Amino acid sequence: MEGGLGLLGVSGGAGGGSSGASTNESTVSKVEVVDAEASSYPIEAELELGLGLSIGGGGGSGGKGKASAWGECGRILTAKDFPSLVSQPHRGHNNNTNATASACVAVSGTKRAAEPVSHEGGSPTSVSQVVGWPPIRAYRMNSLVNQAKAPRSEEDNSVNEKDKSKDSSKKKICNGNKANATGNEKGHLGFVKVNMDGVPIGRKVDLNAHASYETLAQTLEEMFFRSTSTISSMGGEKQQSANPSKLLDGKSEFVLTYEDKEGDWMLVGDVPWGMFLSSVKRLRIMRTSEANGLAPRFQERNERQRSKPV
Amino acid sequence: MLRMASSFPEEVLEHVFSFIYDDKDRNAISMVCKSWYEIERWCRRRIFVGNCYAVSPPMVIRRFPEVRSVELKGKPHFADFNLVPEGWGGYVYPWIAAMATAYPWLEEIRLKRMVVTDEALELIAKSFKNFKVLVLSSCEGFSTDGLAAIAANCRNLKELDLRESEVDDLSGHWLSHFPDSYTSLVSLNISCLGSEVSFSALERLVGRCPNLRTLRLNRAVPLDRLANILCRAPQLVELGTGTYSAELQPDVFSSLAGAFSGCKELRSLSGFWDAVPGYLPAIYPICPSLTSLNLSYATIRSTDLTKLVSQCQSLQRLWVLDYIEDIGLEALAAFCKDLRELRVFPSEPFAQEPNVSLTEQGLVSVSEGCPKLHSVLYFCRQMTNDALATIARNRPNMTRFRLCIIEPRAPDYITLQPLDDGFGAIVEHCKDLQRLSMAGLLTDRVFEHIGNHAKKLEMLSVAFAGDSDLGLHHVLSGCENLRKLEIRDCPFGDKALLVNAAKLETMRSLWMSSCSVSFGACKLLGQKIPRLNVEVMDERGPPGSRPESCPVEKLYIYRTVAGPRFDMPGFVWTMDEDSALRLS
Repeated sequence: MEGGLGLLGVSGGAGGGSSGASTNESTVSKVEVVDAEASSYPIEAELELGLGLSIGGGGGSGGKGKASAWGECGRILTAKDFPSLVSQPHRGHNNNTNATASACVAVSGTKRAAEPVSHEGGSPTSVSQVVGWPPIRAYRMNSLVNQAKAPRSEEDNSVNEKDKSKDSSKKKICNGNKANATGNEKGHLGFVKVNMDGVPIGRKVDLNAHASYETLAQTLEEMFFRSTSTISSMGGEKQQSANPSKLLDGKSEFVLTYEDKEGDWMLVGDVPWGMFLSSVKRLRIMRTSEANGLAPRFQERNERQRSKPV
Repeated sequence: MLRMASSFPEEVLEHVFSFIYDDKDRNAISMVCKSWYEIERWCRRRIFVGNCYAVSPPMVIRRFPEVRSVELKGKPHFADFNLVPEGWGGYVYPWIAAMATAYPWLEEIRLKRMVVTDEALELIAKSFKNFKVLVLSSCEGFSTDGLAAIAANCRNLKELDLRESEVDDLSGHWLSHFPDSYTSLVSLNISCLGSEVSFSALERLVGRCPNLRTLRLNRAVPLDRLANILCRAPQLVELGTGTYSAELQPDVFSSLAGAFSGCKELRSLSGFWDAVPGYLPAIYPICPSLTSLNLSYATIRSTDLTKLVSQCQSLQRLWVLDYIEDIGLEALAAFCKDLRELRVFPSEPFAQEPNVSLTEQGLVSVSEGCPKLHSVLYFCRQMTNDALATIARNRPNMTRFRLCIIEPRAPDYITLQPLDDGFGAIVEHCKDLQRLSMAGLLTDRVFEHIGNHAKKLEMLSVAFAGDSDLGLHHVLSGCENLRKLEIRDCPFGDKALLVNAAKLETMRSLWMSSCSVSFGACKLLGQKIPRLNVEVMDERGPPGSRPESCPVEKLYIYRTVAGPRFDMPGFVWTMDEDSALRLS
């Protein structure tokens, strides 16, 4: 969470707190201002200033009714800021500033996960994409989500859904147990594992936090490419010059692939998003050189908008 | 006195000790004198290790040579919310391998948040001839192949419980590995599995195990199969249904209702995935005797929920989605006077606007109407100090209080003040409070209240709260019985931690993520206090590659007599004397 970053590192009480001052004085000093104000419940405009610097977006201008009530209470930074940030046009700037601020202050998975929330697909689930928040077990979260897709009226007009599941269970009996049409029974739909060639540690990504391939790719690029670049650079250049990550357009060293319910490895992006969701079991960021023989290349679809990789 | 103690034959003492089950009591006995220590350690049959890295398998085996039952916990609690990266640790295999030779008569293994491989399961299956109980709670790393090994080899198995584990579900065929001669099943929980098991195999298994009392099915078991299963096990006490949804058909309904009526011992129900209201009346006949009801996967709405709970006058535990709404909770308060535990989960945790009318009022009602209520987990979208204070005054017997307001840092929605006073009231009135999770906008003041009043508090969870190190200091210096502290996204830095370093050795563990504890402080702690493992998790790379003042991403500190562990992944570093040298 942003709240754990620069602001707090220099708060009055936190002694040993890192100010990260050596790398970016200006960020820190602005942040200090905000923090001093924060304890006396600043007006929203001042918060905006501070927020703008540390995370590069007009956080206070979230445009949500709730946000303004918050601002009066000295809200620091919350996940609520992120959806509004993402929709800002100057997103590129946002990321660079993040890099600067983040070089030396606590950067957690929360920020990375929060950023790629996108409104492009009109996702209904964009409020709070902080990792691990609300604190609901992944197991329960996945169950919930699968149910959310079924209509919930008191009458049994969810007949369609039930028929579907009936059909799918019939299919299962024929095909053995691996395949299921809706992915409900697996209970894994929310978080899927992601591995990258050459990286020993796998990650998990919450597919429900995304409504499109773009946001998913951005998240993954942040997870896997940002970390390697930060090790080498302290000044915070997030661009990884060796491997520009464009996972979806096939121009980089890596491509994004997934294993479907039948155990086949496919290129991500070839099927409609919804169909992808219902068949994906796990993801793999594969070296392009190894990706021969997968489903047809994606290059033709270059009319699709690409966001800048971070 | 000494003479008396030594003049008792060992057998007598051992016999006396055999009536003492509680770990704390056993530990106390073992500290009376050396001979009691010796006698006790030979007759201890059950051990509980709350943190698998706090002690090593050889140490346990050396001290307790005749153990029959082992319980281990691995990852920190926040792993439930994906805050602990994959590969962190918590591997059970070394334990199983050590116990395979040391405890051939081991009967029970209970694991929570550990990584369990198929190899581990296979080793269990072939090493322990009298193996009876396997409980894997929130575990991962194994597949249904491992389960097949257990089913095939554990002739005396009584309990197989996979609650909320993440299983690589290759097929449902594993269940058929229970041989036809196997009849000792008492408890089976497969609710987390995705695949369909063979229904006929399941029915036959259920039918031939006369002692079966707990059966938690998975979602893949359709509703029209449930009646057959129930008819074969009318002695069931605890049932988890599969999918509770089907087209309304009179014959399906009546056989289901009949089957339920036949289960006179049924006290606990769960499952209810995709529940449709039309089939709920099938359980009405048994509602009055139900003590536990888990409807947290049931998408039924408040009208039907209200009707249902109003018939459950013996209910002691209710888990439900917020579809129950305030109105349903009022009914709960009116009809379920024996209620002890309530958990209300959010149906749409990511929705921006509330989708149901569930507010602080619902919880207040239940706190008023249910005198035995002592354990609460409540997700909501708004709260007030007044409501919390009312709840506190109503229920001074509260022991576990976990509140989650969906929006981080949400203030009292009426006064717009922090919720410090509300939670202050909770800790002040509820003198036996053991576990607390807080929510909403909170300043250092709430921690002052906690430090002053929460003297029995053992576990505290904090997120997006506090202003400064003073907050953390209040807790560490004031909460005498604190064992587990988990903190995320709070402005706590080095000072409080270093000043209260000694306290950390009296606790099981401390987790801090997205806070402001510097690498330098971590090193210092690791160096100065040898019996603490100070683990730094940082996916940006070695903490030594950044300035010492740089905060670490995640910090996990736990006491241990086993020294630093060596099974850590690349993004975890232990701070101790050696590593401090290596890293700097």
